Amino acid sequence: MGRMVVGAHYGLKDWMAQRITAVLMAIYAVVIFVAVLCGAASSHEAWLAFMRGGLVRVISFLFILSLGYHAWVGVRDIWMDYIKQTSVRIVLHVLTLLMLIGCAGWAIQIIWRL
Amino acid sequence: MNAPLTMRTYHFKIYRYDPDKDAKPYMQDISVECDPMDKKLLDAMVKLKAKDDSLSFRRSCREGVCGSDAMNINGKNGLACLTDLAAFPEGKPIVLRPLPGLPVVRDLIVDMTQFFKQYLSIKPYLVNDEPVPERERLQSPEEREDLNGLYECILCACCTTACPSFWWNPDKFVGPAGLLAAYRFIADSRDQATNERLDNLEDPYRLFRCHTIMNCVDVCPKNLNPTKAIGKIKEMMVQRAV
Repeated sequence: MGRMVVGAHYGLKDWMAQRITAVLMAIYAVVIFVAVLCGAASSHEAWLAFMRGGLVRVISFLFILSLGYHAWVGVRDIWMDYIKQTSVRIVLHVLTLLMLIGCAGWAIQIIWRL
Repeated sequence: MNAPLTMRTYHFKIYRYDPDKDAKPYMQDISVECDPMDKKLLDAMVKLKAKDDSLSFRRSCREGVCGSDAMNINGKNGLACLTDLAAFPEGKPIVLRPLPGLPVVRDLIVDMTQFFKQYLSIKPYLVNDEPVPERERLQSPEEREDLNGLYECILCACCTTACPSFWWNPDKFVGPAGLLAAYRFIADSRDQATNERLDNLEDPYRLFRCHTIMNCVDVCPKNLNPTKAIGKIKEMMVQRAV
């Protein structure tokens, strides 16, 4: 067995990022829930007007970024647990990143085009 | 006057594997008659051993101090010497298996090398470069209090072998027992290597494979809380970083 090389120094950063993004997403979910209760989704026009709002656009943008980073850490953790071969894992990491960045870009484009 | 002795028969299903003889492991059905003086599961197992001396398991102190007789009892890790025989329901066999996630040497005996390797990797001893005082290194009662719930670990491996993160990455994840010990030295006021200890654990595998599943807390025969210790280590890392 080879030497044990430890201390990659990114465990804490990702762990903290996952918790902070979780809090941000929870706040966003509460905001949207309250808005829907207050009638923001009473009709398609009302919902469109709500989602077009400048502040809503900004917080939706932050939500999408949070979701992307949160999902990146979570999905990468799954690959780290179950995929042992480094080359296969790198390919999966890259595919995950491309997928998440693509989806985030697409979602942001949709929100800004409303 | 003594109460009349009522005997009770216990049925067992025991994982058996002798690599010299068996192609693969099998479950052995065996029963043993116990009297009321047999209080713990280990008492029944000693009687079983007298009946079938090919059965192999570790035991030593028989009172929950040495941590030798850790095994999987009806699906949950525990010490045979601390498990009450009377608590087992009548009519159902007691299923005994070796600790999960470690290589089986024979029957209920597992190879603990990987477990101890992780334990040693956290440097389980005081690091202090100051000259040794004439008498002991003193601690205030409050400083000593910080070690309660940490120093009592007997390294039986019940927690670490119940942890799915350890099953998937036994070579990289320190495991609950090792991390509890790591915090025991981080929390010790006499230790001077706090930074090095945190550096050693600031790694996506060694500490952060813990996903607070808390199987460790559930099974610890000494009622310790490795998840809490892991949380404290993370807390110290956050304080150091921000």
